[in-house]
Amino acid sequence: MKDTRSSQTNAPVIEAQGLNLTFETADGPVQALKDVELSIHKGEFVSFIGPSGCGKTTFLRVIADLEQPTAGTITVNGMTPAEARKARAYGYVFQAAGLYPWRTIAGNVKLPLEIMGYAKSEQEKRVKNVLELVELSGFERKFPWQLSGGMQQRASIARALAFDADILLMDEPFGALDEIVRDRLNEQLLDLWARTEKTIGFVTHSIPEAVYLSTKIVVMSPRPGRITDIIDSPLPRARPLEIRDSPEFIEIAHRVREGLRAGHLDD
Amino acid sequence: MRNVIPVLTIVAALIALWYIAVVPMNAQWTQDQARRAGQDISFTELVADTMSQSRPRLPAPHQVAQELWNSTIVEEMTGRRGFMNTGSLSNRSLIYHGWVTLSATLLGFAIGSGLGIALAVGIVHNRGMDASVMPWAIASQTIPILAIAPMIIVVLNAVGITGLIPKAIISTYLSFFPVVVGMVKGLRAPDQMQLDLMKTYSASGQQVFAKLRWPSAMPYLFASLKVGIAAALVGAIVAELPTGASAGLGARLLSGSYFGQTLQIWSALFAAAILAASMVALIGLIQRVTLKRMGMAA
Repeated sequence: MKDTRSSQTNAPVIEAQGLNLTFETADGPVQALKDVELSIHKGEFVSFIGPSGCGKTTFLRVIADLEQPTAGTITVNGMTPAEARKARAYGYVFQAAGLYPWRTIAGNVKLPLEIMGYAKSEQEKRVKNVLELVELSGFERKFPWQLSGGMQQRASIARALAFDADILLMDEPFGALDEIVRDRLNEQLLDLWARTEKTIGFVTHSIPEAVYLSTKIVVMSPRPGRITDIIDSPLPRARPLEIRDSPEFIEIAHRVREGLRAGHLDD
Repeated sequence: MRNVIPVLTIVAALIALWYIAVVPMNAQWTQDQARRAGQDISFTELVADTMSQSRPRLPAPHQVAQELWNSTIVEEMTGRRGFMNTGSLSNRSLIYHGWVTLSATLLGFAIGSGLGIALAVGIVHNRGMDASVMPWAIASQTIPILAIAPMIIVVLNAVGITGLIPKAIISTYLSFFPVVVGMVKGLRAPDQMQLDLMKTYSASGQQVFAKLRWPSAMPYLFASLKVGIAAALVGAIVAELPTGASAGLGARLLSGSYFGQTLQIWSALFAAAILAASMVALIGLIQRVTLKRMGMAA
């Protein structure tokens, strides 16, 4: 596998210090993020969990340079988020698959490659590879409406993986899918993470999903959006679905639940 | 087939209504003629006569159809000035007059859609144009075309531009508007998430336009083009009215009304309607082929 990581392997991939973000709304200012401090290292799988309005999506969008912080600093691969975005440092998976209806599955995965100016032959090769990775080989020529919701979301993950970004940001990618499809996709995602060695930021509001997937769980609470707990998971990297019945798993899930409750008691 | 039957039913009902209306509309003249000749006429004779007058108030459908046929195919095939005898279209045929109007319509429509798309692109990408262009575009459509058409033609005439161009400009004037409105909506159709996705790729403005906004706008574009081409035809016909043009469907309408030739008026009207329907159908066909190839079967 090609080594795309930066030279200083021990420096955090993403580092936020004293990060604040206030939205000006018609009802007055809303503090979406308050004093967020967080370091994410190469190859980590970090979940952001919390109720609606806790700023988890906003934080992901700040990393992606889709929102601008009002105070504090944040670096992505040692650069500002804007520089990192221009260097195409990350792939972003949204809540909805958002595939273009006028493009085939292959055409959709090819979209970022076309924009980034990859050679035609390279595009074909990469599309083939990532569609294999998300188990969608054979669906290249289908249009999005011919696929199920889960398959569409897999295609959108393939689209985010097609180019050489070593960070993958996912904003509740499986939120709209049913439990069974979700389990399957979670398994596949872990497998994919192990094979690609990407650093993943994952927003969810499902406790089992967060505990099952992550090496680090960031528990957040609303009004103002802030981090209430950061849990480093002791679970091994290889995780069969049955691990969810182990005492360790239940213990972490319990701690996450406590963290969420503590955040709410402050109200 | 399922779609054809309701349409045919409506058409049949309209034709029946039309025939029923023909009798009272034209009865007066038939009765006057009979009285002058000192004759008594039966009801069947009256009905038969109202449907075969040479200058009826309201011509019967079959008379209009006959006139359409005579002034197109028959005129060109056998007429003294027809295509078969002279090698050029007869100035008494609706094919000739239709083509005169159609050429102005198509030129005006081409300029109008181009202008409409260009304005829409400007409005979507430029804050200043967004604020300034649309009110003027709307204002332009509130002016009665009948009032402004003669002025445009007279002014252009004064600077030596005559013939096709002034008519095309009036077609443009009517056809750019639906295209602007439709394309502004179409180019703004992509939602925030799709725009954010483009931003995460650091896509340039041109790439966002080519790969997201333009394809998103396609269904809107075709809907606007259908309205636009019909408006362009109206524009071309209206442009032929105030100048006493000697050729074109508008000229046929005007000369028909000068000389009380109702058959000529109605056949010109139907020629215009057939022309408009064909053009809209053609755009519909292009739309279906395009959207099908884009995987967005309409």
